[in-house]
Amino acid sequence: MIIFKKIQFYFALWVAKFTALGLKIMGRKGTSLPGSLAIILCHDFFKYMDKPKTIIGITGTNGKTTTANLIADALIKCGIDFVGNREGSNTPTGVASVMIANGNWLGKQKKQVAVFEIDERSSLSVFPYVKPNFLLITNIFRDSYRRNAHVEFICDILNNGIPSETKLILNGDDPLCSSLGKNCEKVFFGLAKQDFEENALKNLVRDGTFCPVCENPLTYDFIRYHHIGNAHCEKCGYTSPIAKYKGVKADAENSLLTIEINDKNYTGKLLDDNPINIYNQLSAIAVLCEFGIEPEKAIACFDNISIDKTRFTKTTLYNKTLFSYLAKCQNPIACSRVFENIRNFPGKKCVLLYLDDRLDSKYSVENMAWIYDTDFEFLNDESITQIIFSGARRKDVYVRLLLAGISEDKIKTTEEISQMLDVVDLDASDSFIICHDITFNSNFTKQRLKEMINANYSEAKEGN
Amino acid sequence: MKIEILYPDMAYLFGDAANVRYLKASLPTAEFIETKKGSKPLFLSEKVNFVYMGALTERSQEEAVELLLPYKDEFIKAIDNGTVFLFTGNTLEILGEYIIDDDGKKIPCLGIFDYYAKRDYYHRHNSACLAEFENMKIMGFKTQFTMCYPKTDEKGLFKVEKGIGMNEKSKAEGIRVNNFMGTYLIGPLLILNPDFTKYLLKLIGVEKPTIAFEKEAMEAYKKRYEDFLERIPVKPEKYKKM
Repeated sequence: MIIFKKIQFYFALWVAKFTALGLKIMGRKGTSLPGSLAIILCHDFFKYMDKPKTIIGITGTNGKTTTANLIADALIKCGIDFVGNREGSNTPTGVASVMIANGNWLGKQKKQVAVFEIDERSSLSVFPYVKPNFLLITNIFRDSYRRNAHVEFICDILNNGIPSETKLILNGDDPLCSSLGKNCEKVFFGLAKQDFEENALKNLVRDGTFCPVCENPLTYDFIRYHHIGNAHCEKCGYTSPIAKYKGVKADAENSLLTIEINDKNYTGKLLDDNPINIYNQLSAIAVLCEFGIEPEKAIACFDNISIDKTRFTKTTLYNKTLFSYLAKCQNPIACSRVFENIRNFPGKKCVLLYLDDRLDSKYSVENMAWIYDTDFEFLNDESITQIIFSGARRKDVYVRLLLAGISEDKIKTTEEISQMLDVVDLDASDSFIICHDITFNSNFTKQRLKEMINANYSEAKEGN
Repeated sequence: MKIEILYPDMAYLFGDAANVRYLKASLPTAEFIETKKGSKPLFLSEKVNFVYMGALTERSQEEAVELLLPYKDEFIKAIDNGTVFLFTGNTLEILGEYIIDDDGKKIPCLGIFDYYAKRDYYHRHNSACLAEFENMKIMGFKTQFTMCYPKTDEKGLFKVEKGIGMNEKSKAEGIRVNNFMGTYLIGPLLILNPDFTKYLLKLIGVEKPTIAFEKEAMEAYKKRYEDFLERIPVKPEKYKKM
């Protein structure tokens, strides 16, 4: 049986390697086809495949890709040779594809460090054999109902999948995340309450309301957003864990981040003052330090690193600022975080929503429940002067905005997505924010908006 | 008018809380009582016009059974007396006989109604549902790990035209006994179905029911109905293994 399994494994490996070679010749990269074939041909492919000696895993609901990219960029700066699935998929097939590419014809791994972003639902298939030495879990939030059901389901998957020998790097400000992996060694990262932050629940959804130990209601001493903050249990004495990597001060004005590690303060470049990205940076630093890089060096890595431009871009033209901002549709928390940030941008704003589930709107009718867990209420702000959207479910979104208290005078809808820019009033806003799903390519819209601003204001300038 | 929201701290998974926000916007003078985990439901001891409860996680289902089991007889009495209930998502399962967990374990429930549910964590069911109720078209969405098996379809709340009912073979969706209404349809059911909401308001004692943003909600309803007719298959595709 073992011999048969080995033959099956090598057959799968060679088919996958020939496929990868073929794809390379055709100039295609970033595909998970070799991994898919390998797993189809040999279901327990991971069991027989050699693994890199040190594996860093990154999972969690939000921020996986951004943080994995930050860690990868920092490792490059530190001169560490590694493999990763940055250009591929975060599913088992993506991980397998990387290991196939990194392996020789007998499967032996060449580079001995791997950085894998792993979808939290894939952990049950990946972790039994590909055991991370370090696993970062960024946070646990409500996500797509269709795929992820609810947080309890995701926590159960992770708890069942995480190997006991893995060292966990967890978000100490997230009671759902920090209580994962009961039998594992854990360290925590966290962000202290900043002077500019208010302590108030301003979100519709707060999943971590019960004590992870005794299931009685938690008392929050500080809420940053949703269930992120510091909590304790009156009944059993549980408290949020102490962060080994604690963001002490995020100084947006001077772009500086001060971190306390083992009672010593370090200051480095703050990549972005959005709390989500501060958490991403802190977690990346925690991973690098646990991996063995000295704190000074780990923090200095970020001097010349920036957040991935596919998620957030900013351009200024004739005193008008143009943003594109990724906000995954069907993910109420990701969208809520984006909406709060949009509210906090300076000046008068025009928000263009491209959040249709494109597959559903083409072939089915999108489940609109998620928009009612999303804080559209953040868009009910004096500074937001126009909200424009289209798509199959535009009338449903319209009702949602009315329920959020947004004045109908500010809302504009069009039959077709392509008509959205036609109703933009350039003079009514200082900033134009393209808020889009991952499936929407915002480049064309950005370009057209730039042309509109150029045409409008260059003429005005010439006229003056 | 008193409206009780049962366990809002644990039963609000899939946009469910929007039903309450919508009722608050539609009934600004009504009194809304939130009965949190650990407190005795108000409807057991005094007249409440309407009781709403949203979807639960699987562990919360077991907790809810534990919380309500001591009051089973009073619960039955409230149903017999005509108290109006709306339970959305998998919450109706807790009133059945039992739930069979993925590992075969039988979880006893309140045993008020004669159905049972079976969980399958590897095949999450997601679908859209178009159904008929009192000459109204009802639209909604399902997202669940369970299928439910009643002894007959006689007590079904909605008659399914597209999609599935209590299970893949059933065309009866949900349960109705007196004014107890339970449905697997999740989330903002009341916002998505303005006519049903007006029916419900009438049932709970509003003489001339009006609902918030009625014109806009109806326009959204009509557009969605066109799309349901055009794009939703009569029988949903077999769901894939997760």
